Amino acid sequence: MEDRVREFLEESVDVLVIGAGHAGCEAALATARLGLKTIMVTLSLDSIAMMPCNPNIGGTAKGHLVREIDALGGEMALNIDKTMIQCKMLNRSKGPAVHSLRAQADKKRYHTEMKKVIENQKNLRVIQTEATKITVNEDETFNVYTKLGAYYRARAVIVTTGTYLRGKIHIGELNFSSGPDGLAPANELSKSLMDLGIQLVRFKTGTPARIHKDSIDYEKMAVQTGDDEIIPFSFMNDEIKIDQVPCYITYTTRETHELIRENLHRSPLYAGVIKSVGPRYCPSLEDKVVKFADKEKHQLFVEPEGLDTKEMYIQGMSTSLPYEVQIQMYRSMTGLENAQIMRPAYAIEYDAIDPTQLKLNLELMTIKNLFFAGQINGSSGYEEAAAQGLMAGINAYLSLNNKEPFILDRSEAYIGVLIDDLVTKGTNEPYRMMTSRAEYRLLLRQDNADERLTEKGYQIGLVTEERYRRYKDKKQKIENEIERLRKIKITPKPEINDALENMGSTPLKIPTSLYDLMKRTELNYDNTLFLDPERPDLRKEIKDYVETIIKYEGYIQKQIAQVDQFKKLENRKIPKDINYDDVKSLRIEARQKLNKIRPDSIGQASRISGVSPADINVLLVYLMTHNQK
Amino acid sequence: MVSSVLESGDEMFNDTIAAIATFPGNAGINIIRLSGKDALNIALKIFIDKNREKVTNFKARYLHYGYIRDENDRIIDEVLISYMKAPNTYTREDIIEINCHGGIISAKKILDTVLSYGCRPAERGEFTKRAFLNGRIDLTQAEAVLDIINSKTDSSHEISVKHLEGRLSRQINAVIDEIMDLLANIEVNIDFPEYDEDEITIERVKSLCDKIGPQLDKLIKTADTGKIFKEGIKTVILGKPNVGKSSLMNFLLNENRAIVTEIPGTTRDTIEEFVNIKGVPLRIIDTAGIRETDDMVERIGVEKALEKVRAADLVMMIFDSSKGLEKEDEIILDYIKDKKVIYIKNKTDLENKLDLSSYKKIEEDIINVSILQNQGLDDIIDKISSMFFEGRLNVTDELIINNVRHKNLLIKAKKNMDDVLKSIENNMTIDLIEIDLKEAMENLGLIVGKSVSDDLVDKIFDEFCIGK
Repeated sequence: MEDRVREFLEESVDVLVIGAGHAGCEAALATARLGLKTIMVTLSLDSIAMMPCNPNIGGTAKGHLVREIDALGGEMALNIDKTMIQCKMLNRSKGPAVHSLRAQADKKRYHTEMKKVIENQKNLRVIQTEATKITVNEDETFNVYTKLGAYYRARAVIVTTGTYLRGKIHIGELNFSSGPDGLAPANELSKSLMDLGIQLVRFKTGTPARIHKDSIDYEKMAVQTGDDEIIPFSFMNDEIKIDQVPCYITYTTRETHELIRENLHRSPLYAGVIKSVGPRYCPSLEDKVVKFADKEKHQLFVEPEGLDTKEMYIQGMSTSLPYEVQIQMYRSMTGLENAQIMRPAYAIEYDAIDPTQLKLNLELMTIKNLFFAGQINGSSGYEEAAAQGLMAGINAYLSLNNKEPFILDRSEAYIGVLIDDLVTKGTNEPYRMMTSRAEYRLLLRQDNADERLTEKGYQIGLVTEERYRRYKDKKQKIENEIERLRKIKITPKPEINDALENMGSTPLKIPTSLYDLMKRTELNYDNTLFLDPERPDLRKEIKDYVETIIKYEGYIQKQIAQVDQFKKLENRKIPKDINYDDVKSLRIEARQKLNKIRPDSIGQASRISGVSPADINVLLVYLMTHNQK
Repeated sequence: MVSSVLESGDEMFNDTIAAIATFPGNAGINIIRLSGKDALNIALKIFIDKNREKVTNFKARYLHYGYIRDENDRIIDEVLISYMKAPNTYTREDIIEINCHGGIISAKKILDTVLSYGCRPAERGEFTKRAFLNGRIDLTQAEAVLDIINSKTDSSHEISVKHLEGRLSRQINAVIDEIMDLLANIEVNIDFPEYDEDEITIERVKSLCDKIGPQLDKLIKTADTGKIFKEGIKTVILGKPNVGKSSLMNFLLNENRAIVTEIPGTTRDTIEEFVNIKGVPLRIIDTAGIRETDDMVERIGVEKALEKVRAADLVMMIFDSSKGLEKEDEIILDYIKDKKVIYIKNKTDLENKLDLSSYKKIEEDIINVSILQNQGLDDIIDKISSMFFEGRLNVTDELIINNVRHKNLLIKAKKNMDDVLKSIENNMTIDLIEIDLKEAMENLGLIVGKSVSDDLVDKIFDEFCIGK
């Protein structure tokens, strides 16, 4: 150990953010933009908004999160719009609820552009240093100590340490203390968190190797290109014109699987060296081969990491096998026979907190104004992290201003689903957002994130006037157009009915509004133009939106009815001072869980695992008799 | 989704409740149960021992032999009575149980007596409700009982419901599993579109609906059986004058005098006779007392009986074999064309003059009897049995829905499945089709008391190879 560094108070601020990853950046930008003096500390300025794993932003459900972040005035969408090198709307063959944007990012530029935004943000200072300790002062402020001896006094602290806490990398038998991608770990803060009474869990994740672009035989692979017309992530952008870079698809072979089976004992996961829990949706290749032994081959995606690098990311090939085996393994795959590894695949273990210790505003239940966001909360993914960072930032601001917390519920946003899942159910693996986790996904579309959230963001003060104006303008145009289509009555004339029949549609018998006509399967906004000569020229975004609202009206109504049901239980609030030990008839497990999670509402209580419908009924009865007294 | 329990707020209990706790039907004994602070006092007032003396106390947890007397000191029945002292009882209150003879008469009279002494009739499920509210029920096993509370099912059916619960859950869970298998695959297609997992085709969804829909229908139908088994088949006997209505009724009743009683119906002017013939519970709605007038329609009683016909589960329509088909017969046939009907040709001991060739179906179905000569009556019972129980009379062994909440959820789930088919017809995309499929699964999940959404996520991970 080095000699003890002398501690000194360098600066007092409103908010101190620990970490400058996707969560940290959104958190710090939010508090700074809301007028709070903010310091963000990071182990390395070169790792601001770093993407240590896959080179994508978006994807199913994640794309929705990015749009929601944007609608609330966050940065992620704007940043990926600046730095994407390929973009696709996934699930186009499916309904509008599950259309999801995904972009290939130029990783380096993503970092650089975000760093610029941070550097130019008023009220925000970023410092390269390691946070080592958090203490709570008597006046409820915090001291955040750093390795350099400087400490900072802050009224609120947001912890966004990602996978750095006591990070440990595994490559076969080799393991060493490290942050992601060879960066330094943060080895001291964990103890400080434990001293604050916070319960830690140990999670594991992994990343595949990066292969030199010129060592790959693309002839043997299928090409994946982006969409002809790119739809931007941000509601602030109308279009993006770039030359897109392709991705490729290839497969593992029988040889790959044999290699893995032969060397399984050398995998720290299977040798029992790694005991922490990894994500099921992101299994290592050895997991896949063991668990899905029948599958003859597994799909792999070869994706560029950026325009100025020859590194290619091999999605689907995460592994913790030794480097020696990795070389053979990668080379056993179609098109990768001569692969040159530039960075090896590795598994990483890190400390996270049990997120059920948090309130729905991401504040620690036991310490006021101490917030947590991102991977430290047991989530995984850049988008999940950014969403939490933004929410933690907003809520730190609201808390410091003695305002009501900003909580989105499951019917309002994927962000709400994400945070409710983490805080209410907890997670025993790194949590990834999926559309199937959202009960009301037809209402939580990526195309209406602004309609759901921009007004709220504006009320908070994070949405700029320009964004608000754009949103209002779009909303007005949509409403006008729907209203107009309702008013246009098409009368059953022979030439119209002939045309309809030619389109495979049944002829009209009575005058019908264009609105109702567009509900027919074979008709849509575009092919009904001939019935609507006065139609205004609208942006594609608006046309698509109008069509969705009309065509899926019945289903949207159904989901709205479901939400009404849901809200009934959400609105049945549980008194904050309830002592579940007084509720005699609750099962012990339920009592413990409820005392731990302390749900706000009956609805939230019903989602706690280990609390059965019977327990909820007991609780309802208790509250009923309790209220009568 | 959680269905909430108790519609009405409950005070702590100052009153004493009572009900016949046994299943109405052909049981050998009946039990009248009292629960509450006056249970013991009331029992002491109405009980006399074998020496016809009043007693001053009951020893707890012993059976005491004696008689129950009504308010006018007339003996109702010979009984065994037991006293269970609070709090170690099912409801955590004082409980009195009176075991009397089977059949409904004495049980009903004893109940009336305790009510006249100040008990309140128990609502459906109220004993269990008290047990629950007094913190008595072990909740780790109480899901089923709580469901009963939810739906206010007849408390006397606790045991049979519990018995059935396991099987119902198994069957419902099997359906849930099937839907979930498919949903998990659909979700993988949606959430991981770039992976090469099999795309679920609309055809597969459709074939699942085609399979599950009828299964749900079948279960829903059993709910009617459950209700009938509980309440008896509401039966109306119709036919023109002198065709043998009264004879048939008397025959059915007389043959079974031991287990016949009068139960006042929901309206004051209706008298129903409950009779249980070889396990077939009939609730015969008495159409006697319908005046015969000169007006033909009124005379044949159809007009008056119309309301009763509407409420009936079954109509027994009697033809007179010794006469031709008459106008009256045809009017009656017209009235009952939408009902379940058993056609009976009486007086087959006489020369047959009845020509039903214009009613082919009836001719095929008709049961020939001679009530006078006691012939062919078993055929009537067999017919009822096949109509209502598909020939299997031992309904207690069948999986029957006898819980209103379950029935309603099944109906909802069935509607969801129908909506799925509708969406398929309308060429909707899979994620929209899936909305109703998911809701069907949620509704079925509510029957067995579990939330299925988390299971779905687990299934996605367990069964599909996805991820980077």
